[in-house]
Amino acid sequence: MPTKSAARTTAVPEPPRIQFEGVVKKFGLNTVLDGLDFSVARGDRVTLIGPSGSGKTTILRLLMTLEEANGGLISIDGEPFTHERKGKRLVAASEKYKRRMRTKIGMVFQQFNLFPNMTVRENITEAPQHVLGQSKDVANMRATELLAQVGLEGKADAHPSQLSGGQQQRVAIARALAMEPKILLLDEVTSSLDPEIVAEVLAILRDIALSTDITMLIVTHEMQFARDVSNRVLMFDGGRIVEEDEPEAIFTNPREKRTQDFLKAVL
Amino acid sequence: MNNVDAFIAALPGIGRGILVTLELTLGGAVFAFLIALALGLATRSRLLLVRGATRIVIEFFRGTSLLVQLFWLFYVLPLLGIRLDSLFCGILALALNYGAYGAEVVRGGISAVSIGQFEASRALNFTSWQRMRRVIFPQAWAQMVPPFTNLLIQLLKGTALATFILLHDLNFFINELRRSTGDTLFAYGIGLVIYFVIAYLLTLGMNAVEVRAKNRIAAGPTLREVMGLKPPKARSQIDQTPRSRMTGVIS
Amino acid sequence: MTDLWSWDRAFQAVPVLLEGFQITLLATALGMVVAAILGLAIAISRRSQFRIIRWPVGAMNEFIRQTPLVVQLVFAYYLFTSISPLQIGITVIGIHYATYMSEVYRAGIDGVAPGQWEATRALSMGPVRTWRAVILPQAIRSTLPALGNYAVSMFKETPFLFAISVVEMVTAAQQFGAQHFQYIEAITLAGLIFLIASYPTSLLIRKLETRLAY
Repeated sequence: MPTKSAARTTAVPEPPRIQFEGVVKKFGLNTVLDGLDFSVARGDRVTLIGPSGSGKTTILRLLMTLEEANGGLISIDGEPFTHERKGKRLVAASEKYKRRMRTKIGMVFQQFNLFPNMTVRENITEAPQHVLGQSKDVANMRATELLAQVGLEGKADAHPSQLSGGQQQRVAIARALAMEPKILLLDEVTSSLDPEIVAEVLAILRDIALSTDITMLIVTHEMQFARDVSNRVLMFDGGRIVEEDEPEAIFTNPREKRTQDFLKAVL
Repeated sequence: MNNVDAFIAALPGIGRGILVTLELTLGGAVFAFLIALALGLATRSRLLLVRGATRIVIEFFRGTSLLVQLFWLFYVLPLLGIRLDSLFCGILALALNYGAYGAEVVRGGISAVSIGQFEASRALNFTSWQRMRRVIFPQAWAQMVPPFTNLLIQLLKGTALATFILLHDLNFFINELRRSTGDTLFAYGIGLVIYFVIAYLLTLGMNAVEVRAKNRIAAGPTLREVMGLKPPKARSQIDQTPRSRMTGVIS
Repeated sequence: MTDLWSWDRAFQAVPVLLEGFQITLLATALGMVVAAILGLAIAISRRSQFRIIRWPVGAMNEFIRQTPLVVQLVFAYYLFTSISPLQIGITVIGIHYATYMSEVYRAGIDGVAPGQWEATRALSMGPVRTWRAVILPQAIRSTLPALGNYAVSMFKETPFLFAISVVEMVTAAQQFGAQHFQYIEAITLAGLIFLIASYPTSLLIRKLETRLAY
């Protein structure tokens, strides 16, 4: 990646990887995000914390286009995400445009969502082959590498139903990485795992975080993990950012009362 | 042993009748399946117009009774200048009627697939066609097979109406046998047993399809394991299956 | 198109069809009574502790359910020549649907929590009391929508009585068509009447279904 480091040294500021500007999201009468503004720089690993219902997961789902915003603008690398430029105007993005933008983003779900009709290998190679157009050999080779990385070398031909929850989640991580995303969304990836398995999944994620420059957006209840992995923490409440800081600062010395109460409750 | 002689004499006819019944059943089933797929997928369309039109077509063919549809195709269509071969007429009526019922099965099967599968497919950026073909449908299919088995048996039973549009199906030849022997019990006894055997074989075939479909999504043993009567651990799964599919529900 | 469809003939056909429609309704109503009662009897005997009851009832049930209703109708029609076709029709349709209903009852009975059986045992209730006071009241509630669905489906299969010369609506339509050398009006109207009658009923049942589903 020499070009990237070169770009970093030049004076021209890069556009943020992710930018939310006045984003509004309502479910019926319930306003989940109320004019949210924030941005994430390239390579940032941002953890979103806060009580449930504060809109953290909604942010990830908006980015993955699993939900549609009711207002505001989301941009990726300076390009509008949910809207596209037609001349000078912004119009609602076509499915084709959204698909192009989406290739930059991968997601790991709380419930794994592996495809039960495919083997572990097929789960990982299916999208690279049929969405990115990789050859079977290339996709298979990459799958083997990724499986080794998540410690599941021998499981390529197993079906998801034959794996434990922790193993399934590791496959899901490999599956997301196989798409070479610039941004990885982690939505409570350890919440449906048995406590003794959580550590193995988190160790893998920590590895990935520290060995790549993938931008990560993390929703988690594992505060230790947030501390280890992220370089920024955003505290959410009621669809707004209450406080943001480096993990060390926010965990040891939170300024806001809401953050203090929340951390007291979860730590 | 007059009956036996008459039966032997009638055998070629019965054989031809079985053939016509099978043609109606399989022809009807193939077209019904295609119609069910098309209508079932259309009920999930994003366009209200498509959804509405599909709903109307489904309710129309479910609501107007198979025999009426058969008669309509046979008696009325020629008046409009469209003259169909009797066999095709029968196949078409069966396909439209059971295709409309099957559409509900397709719709139900797809909506039974968990929402997470749709979301994961989107996160991996599949097109909606890839998503349906590679992820959703294979899983929905396993759910659809048992109700499709019911419909197939219903369709087989429906083919007996073909006699009334002058087709020489099994039903027709049973009646011929009754005439030649004068023995109602004998002729219809044999006839019903033949129908039952066909139904049984179709059910067996569909059971194999179901086992394969479930195995594909790793929710059951392979077909070979089932046939081999071997694995004790997979037992419970096999035991439940034949029961559920026998329940003929049509409404 | 105008000389194909004659409103005159259509108006003439309506009273004939409605007369047939009465037979259709009668056959459905009585057939459903037979099916509901006999189906319950089959379901209970299939849970009998005696194999000698369980086995033949089960086999007969499967045999009737997997073979065509039309063939059964004609069979009974030739076998019992002294009974009126309508009576035969109602009985045979009733028996055929009883085999469907027995499955519905069976599912309902299986759905009653095992603890309920154990409780009746613990209270040393006899089998009759157990069924009447505990099991059936719980089992039957969940079978109501299915009963309705089968009534609608039976309604749409009463035209099969055509095969044994009972003049229900479709037979009437066919005869009317044959007399006037023009089938289009009568058969089309018969289909529409079926649609008009069965669709709202299906909707009603769907509503009942969601309400009973708690």
